[in-house]
This record gives sequence, C-alpha cells and structure tokens, in this order.
Amino acid sequence: MTRVRIPPTLRNEVGGERELVGEGDTVREVLEDLSGRYPALEAQLFDGGSLAPFVNVYLGGEDVRTLDGLETRVNGASVILLPAMAGGC
Amino acid sequence: MATYRELLAQVKEEIDEVGAAEARERQGEALFVDVREREEWEEGAVPGAVHVPRGQLESRIEGLVPDRSREIVLYCSVGARSAFAAKSLGELGYDNVTNLAGGFTDWKRNGFEVETPHSLTPDQRRRYSRHLLIPEVGDAGQEKLLGSRVLLIGAGGLGSPSSLYLAAAGVGTLGIVDADVVDDSNLQRQIVHSTDRLGEPKVLSAKRTLEALNPDVEVQTFEERLTSENVERILAEGWDVIVDGADNFPTRYLVNDASVWHRIPVVHGSIYRFEGQVTVFNPPEGPCYRCLFPMPPPPELAPSCAEGGVLGVLPGIVGSLQANEALKLLLGIGESLQGRLLLVDALGTTVDEVAVQRDPSCPVCGETPTITEYVDYVEFCAGVRP
Repeated sequence: MTRVRIPPTLRNEVGGERELVGEGDTVREVLEDLSGRYPALEAQLFDGGSLAPFVNVYLGGEDVRTLDGLETRVNGASVILLPAMAGGC
Repeated sequence: MATYRELLAQVKEEIDEVGAAEARERQGEALFVDVREREEWEEGAVPGAVHVPRGQLESRIEGLVPDRSREIVLYCSVGARSAFAAKSLGELGYDNVTNLAGGFTDWKRNGFEVETPHSLTPDQRRRYSRHLLIPEVGDAGQEKLLGSRVLLIGAGGLGSPSSLYLAAAGVGTLGIVDADVVDDSNLQRQIVHSTDRLGEPKVLSAKRTLEALNPDVEVQTFEERLTSENVERILAEGWDVIVDGADNFPTRYLVNDASVWHRIPVVHGSIYRFEGQVTVFNPPEGPCYRCLFPMPPPPELAPSCAEGGVLGVLPGIVGSLQANEALKLLLGIGESLQGRLLLVDALGTTVDEVAVQRDPSCPVCGETPTITEYVDYVEFCAGVRP
C-alpha cells in the first residue's frame, strides 16, 4: 500500500483527490494500479509505456530517474507526482 | 589595591603575546579581532580583521567564534585593552588567544599593510541595526548587501514580496524585468503595487515603492518581456543573483539557459492555487532547471494562475523564501536550496522536500551540451523540438 500525492494540475483526472493509495511492489505497479482506476490519469502519466517526460516521480524524496526508474521497488515509501509549474503571477 | 599599571603588568603575565612581525605570519590562519572603538577602526585596521569593541567582546564572541580552539589574535592601539580582552577570552574557555603586543601602532610602525574599512553611515547603522547584531551578517555582510546586484524576473506575485524584502534588507541594486501594467486583478496578491498605480507600468510602480521603502536602493527598470533578443543586453549590466518569478515556461527556460552560460545562480519560485515550489539552480555546483524539468508539460497540464487562480498569500510565502535564499547566496552563509526542491502546500500547511540532482546528459549544463545558444523558447515549449 503506497501513498501517492497528486499535484493540483492532475486532480481533475482523479476526482479532485489530493492523495491516493495504490497497490504494487514497484513504482510502475503502483501507478498502473491508479491508472486502472482513473483512466484519465494514465493519459497524462504515461507516454507509450514509459513515464511522460514532463512528469517527475519521487519516491521517498528521490527522483526515480536517479533510482531504477519505474521499476524501483516502493518498500513502503510514499510517492510524489510533480509536473513543472510556470506561475509566478 | 593594585594600580592600573600593576594590574596591566599582572594580566600580561597571564596571557600569551606576540610582536607585530610574528603576528603578521599568523595572518590567514588566525582570526584577528580588533577591540578598539568604532572611530579608531574606521581610520584603518589590520586587513581581514573583524571589529568587536572591547565593551561588547564577551557578549559577542561566542556568536562570532563558536569554536573555542580557534586561533585568535587580539589587538587594540597599543596592546593594553586587548591584554585585558585576552584574559577575559581565556576565562571564557578560548585557549588559543594571543595579544598583539604594541598593538596597531606597532603594526603600522613596521610598515605592515593597513586597510581602511568601508563603513556604514550613522543612518545606515540605525536602519540595518537588526542585521548588524546578527554575527552571520554584521557590518561586513551589510556592506556586501549594499554592494550587491539582484535581477528580478517579474514584478508580480513572487516579485512583489521578494523585491520588498531585498530592498528592505539593503541590497544596493535591484533590476526588474516586466512588460505589464498594474491591473486591478493583481492587487489581491501583488503587494508592491497599489490601487493608485492602476494602469502604470509594473516596473515603475515597483521602483516607486521600493525606493520609498529604502533610499539606499537603486532600482533599474526593464519595461520589456525577457526574450532571446534582449537577454544579453540585460545580463551585461552584471548581476550576482537572479530571482525568477516569471509566469510562463518560455521565460523560465530562457532564464535557465542564460544563467547557466553566465554562471549566475537562480532562485526559482513557482506557484499555483495553494502550492508552491522553491529551489536554487547554480550549475556546475548544482543542477539547472532543465535537469529538474527537461521538458515543459503540455498547456492543459500547466494552467497559469490567470486560468486556475492562486491564494493571495501563497506568493507571499514563496516569494519570501526566495528572498531568503537570495540573501544567503549574496552573504555566502547557511545552506541554500541548491539540490533540493521545497514543496509548499498552503492548504495542508506542509512543506516537503525532494532531491534534485545534476543530469549529466542535460542539454545545457551536462557533459556534452547540445543546446549552446538561445533557441526559440515559445516553439520549444509548444513541443517543437530543435
């Protein structure tokens, strides 16, 4: 059971939730579990099986690109999804 | 009862003393502390010395020198006041303290180097007194701030609080780049402007507010949108730190590329609704914006505040954090947010932190850069790849 934080720009895709809980041993399994329940999320997160290049995924505060990518084992740590925000307005 | 001469002789028995020539060899290793009065210090001092008047020595030394084994050379004009000071530091547990016998007078007589410290005016001493009391800032730090130059991208939500605090802190020159005019929908959060400025260019409104807050500050205005065409002209003015509060991706990537090539640290802030992000980009020591976000999201995933809204106080929080980072970079103190992205959630009142690493394959700051000159940033952000 892994807690996944949803950024404000992706909340419309998940019925307004700020945080979801996903099942799976790896980051990929957890995100696929969420995508199965919220198909609109899948379109934003994945780009042909790999992570969309504009979405950063952190596990326990570390960018999964610096770990084993989507195959990183979650081991109880929580996930943060983070797209860039432009606004300074 | 001892006379002054007897007491001085007795104290000198109890402390270590060195002559001017020997003390000079300790320069660079030992911390020289000048315990004379301010007027004496301003007329000339040992280069690199810090000034702590004798009467404040005991109360300030622990803040200034937390390490009690640090080598300290104390001096005054002839070595008497500093002899008593050396004894007192010994009693406080400082065990590597020597007194410069003959004092600054003997130092000068030997023809050794003397520096005339820049000094703050009496008005500045009052204005910045709360800074001067902090050991990490002090006179030297305040003078550094007064000589510093910070470029702010945007005089909007983030630029308002950051420019106000940087001006109040006495950062001597603030450059502001913004092409917009003050609109009534800005005033819910853009506190550098006000109702009587509606329709006025934001850079001029900000200049009026900031220079009224602190006449020590000169505001240079750039009433234009930052572009590939004007960025070199604006950066040629020379800036120590850039505070990025832009409101769009093309400007973010342009600021990044320019700052990497000019080696200027960027304090980054961005906001949306209740959430903010703050970090410091400073390659090659730390990552750049492209290491963190190689590609901007498609427009539907990146609504602006104008489309999605923002809580008015959020830029106040995030912009103040940016000002704090900028001041630390200018002063060279503390731990910056380099390599760390702070995530501020005003709705839950939580702050999270994630690590940001340099990407060796980064197209701009990586080992083999593929982007080496300004590109069309609007096209790049629209998904057209070079």
